[in-house]
Amino acid sequence: MIFSIVVQAPPVQTQGAETALRFARAVLAAGHSIHRIFFYRDGVHNGSALTCTPQDEFNIPQQWQELAQQHKLDLVVCIAAAVRRGVINEQEAVRYKQDQWNLRDSFELSGLGQLVEACIQSDRVVTFGARS
Amino acid sequence: MSTEGILVMTRSAPYGSSAARDALDVALTCSVFEQPVTLLFLDDGVFQLLKGQSPSVIGQKNLNAVQQSLPLYDIKRLCVSTSSLEQRGLRQDELILPVELVDDAALPALLAQHRHVLSI
Repeated sequence: MIFSIVVQAPPVQTQGAETALRFARAVLAAGHSIHRIFFYRDGVHNGSALTCTPQDEFNIPQQWQELAQQHKLDLVVCIAAAVRRGVINEQEAVRYKQDQWNLRDSFELSGLGQLVEACIQSDRVVTFGARS
Repeated sequence: MSTEGILVMTRSAPYGSSAARDALDVALTCSVFEQPVTLLFLDDGVFQLLKGQSPSVIGQKNLNAVQQSLPLYDIKRLCVSTSSLEQRGLRQDELILPVELVDDAALPALLAQHRHVLSI
């Protein structure tokens, strides 16, 4: 079965993002495929390259990146939600005249159309971290 | 049962968080991509549809303006939980757009009619 996952939870303050990560691993371990993981609302903070986590805690953004590299996953961060929250790549930094950018490798910025396309392509779409 | 389209479920009051606006953005994008879309207003989400909002005093954009454009985007199916309205002392004629009232017993069938449910 083809899954897509929507992450609206930020990486640290609530458990939603970590649960989504565990769910993604379980989906893959069960032999299913993941068409896309779409980060929306405060979930865009999962795409930050600058998260610094104590050694005995999970660095969730880094774990997304590792999972994406292992399984060639498509990690898409909603561009409208991200630029509002200061999660930007070099291209957006130029557009908005910022000196820095922080989007983590393996993540890309794109529009909400990627969420709708994921719905069209996937048998199941599972959302984590709604209602916050 | 045949299922098609996307149901966007929204359960938050209009201005305490970005949820209402974020749900509308998803619904409008579904429409742009020609996916049949239904909006379901549950719990405090029913407050989103109240007429006569004036959020400019708290620096927010009025949701009513976007809501009134929904029929233009071919988003015609707006479902509202009857019990959520009643619990909040609201009546259907206080809402900005024509809606389809759904009682609690009918909610599972409404969800099952759609291929995907997006909760925001």
